[in-house]
Amino acid sequence: MPKNKFEFEATYKLLESKLDELKDLSVKLDCDFSNEIASVERRINQLKEERYKHLTPWEQVLLARDLERPMTRDYIKLLFTEFIELHGDRLYGDDPAIVGGVGLFCGRAVTVLGHQKGKDTPDNIIHNFGMPHPEGYRKAHRLLLEAEKFNRPVLTFINTPGAYPGTQAEERGQAWAISQLLLCLSKLKVPVISVITGEGGSGGALALTVADRILMLSNAVYSVASPETCASILFRDIKRADEMAAALKMNASALKEIGIVDEVIEEPALEPLQDSPVFIKSLKHSIKKHLDSICSQNIPELLEQRYLRLRQIGKFHE
Amino acid sequence: MFNPPYKKKNYIDLSGAKKNHPSFDSREGNFSCPSCSAWLSEAQKIQNNDFCPRCSYYFTTTAWERIYSISDENSFEEWDANLSTLNPLEFPGYEDKLAKAKEETVLSEAIITGTASIGGFKTVLAAMDARFMMGSMGSVVGEKICRAMEKAIFNSLPFIIFCCSGGARMQEGMLSLMQMAKTSAAVGRLNDAGLLYISILTHPTTGGVTASFASLADIIIAEPGALIGFTGPRVIQQTLGEKLPPGFQRSEYLLQHGMIDIVQPRLEMRSLLIRLLNVHQGGNHA
Repeated sequence: MPKNKFEFEATYKLLESKLDELKDLSVKLDCDFSNEIASVERRINQLKEERYKHLTPWEQVLLARDLERPMTRDYIKLLFTEFIELHGDRLYGDDPAIVGGVGLFCGRAVTVLGHQKGKDTPDNIIHNFGMPHPEGYRKAHRLLLEAEKFNRPVLTFINTPGAYPGTQAEERGQAWAISQLLLCLSKLKVPVISVITGEGGSGGALALTVADRILMLSNAVYSVASPETCASILFRDIKRADEMAAALKMNASALKEIGIVDEVIEEPALEPLQDSPVFIKSLKHSIKKHLDSICSQNIPELLEQRYLRLRQIGKFHE
Repeated sequence: MFNPPYKKKNYIDLSGAKKNHPSFDSREGNFSCPSCSAWLSEAQKIQNNDFCPRCSYYFTTTAWERIYSISDENSFEEWDANLSTLNPLEFPGYEDKLAKAKEETVLSEAIITGTASIGGFKTVLAAMDARFMMGSMGSVVGEKICRAMEKAIFNSLPFIIFCCSGGARMQEGMLSLMQMAKTSAAVGRLNDAGLLYISILTHPTTGGVTASFASLADIIIAEPGALIGFTGPRVIQQTLGEKLPPGFQRSEYLLQHGMIDIVQPRLEMRSLLIRLLNVHQGGNHA
């Protein structure tokens, strides 16, 4: 069971380092290896594409958690023409694990909320690895009511391992903060769209994912609990996490199949998401398409549909 | 009258109890208190209403016992008993676990819903049962709660639920997680209809149940000493290595931190519910 993305990337990482050596050599010796370089590059790309097509469920989890993926603030920069961050829950503090504010998306004023992970360890310590405290949910709650007041649609970006498993989060009513957010979103009188961009972990993710439309990136995951937690609960053995990643059916295509996700946005295999204009364009286009469609509905109808959407989830026999 | 299917299992630790408490004769009793390891016979346990006479610990009780302990005699009528669980993700081992839980508890799922009168007040009443896969919430539990809430709305009745759960059920994956949103949305409709919602948190209420319908009630009551929270204490300790404060996540601690309204002993639960229902209806009840 690989521990991180780099381990399963090892096959072509080795080739990439050899390619760099070859490039160095061609400069040093002043020889033209351009044919050889191009052919190795082609081969690496083939390998990469092939590798990404056949990821195991556990590898998908590792990829979804990758810190090189864009985080909520990156998406805001890539998709919005204006963004002003707003802070604080007006009760206790400001939670850096949830970013919130107002901005302009395709010429429309919207309220934006999302989990924020760090880019590296020091940054992650600031953002608590994207794990919100109750203040984060309460900040989101306050900003949602503000969105309702000004009749602004809401966009949420989901990327969190889950709620913070700490004593203070419990003391300040983590469960209460999450449930109140679920209740608030289920009745909010403005359109809501959620995009699952990386790791959708448990209640901490769900708290911002009660929406009229849910979009999901093709390498993102969304689950009732992390595979590690699930393995620990069911077997008291964290080493069986890879088995659980498969059993939990947590990838985008599985969730589209059971009707929890409306649309899967394909990610490019060969380049980082933030560097792919095709990917950014398709993400923007999808959000706009869904936003236009739900903004044209009247609110009582929209709320009825949001309720029915939740109400019908579940499989049982009668 | 109802005869609960007692079983000697999980909470009995023969060897430990013998060592710690030689004064209790193990030949007499067959239940050991999980808290102080005192021995009780089955008759003593029933006589004490599942309550340890030595340390006041509450034994785990069943959903049926809860329903009978608070409702008027012969007033309970069960709903949706025929809803049965599938294995939508084909999760390995789920069917076996379900079959075992059904056999051991004689229940079809981790919750019983229906209607009952309490002191003459008609209510919709639900009770979860921890013996059935830790009272975890999957599709059926979520569906039964929503249906019961919708029937409460249809009949304009107060909704009362005894919560007891380890959280969302892993084996149904995202379908379980979504039951949190589904039940919370149903509470929204209960609120819109202006109906009273009382939730009673019992040992243990954790995870996705605490973070959804259980904590959204108008009045939240807890049994003494119950473990109530989102993340369980074992996980907090393991992941963060944090030392937990004394009494952490217990009812009294939550009362102190402003999360619940009342801590009420099990024996006085019925009388409290009657008083609340009476005040809520203007105190005009005969």
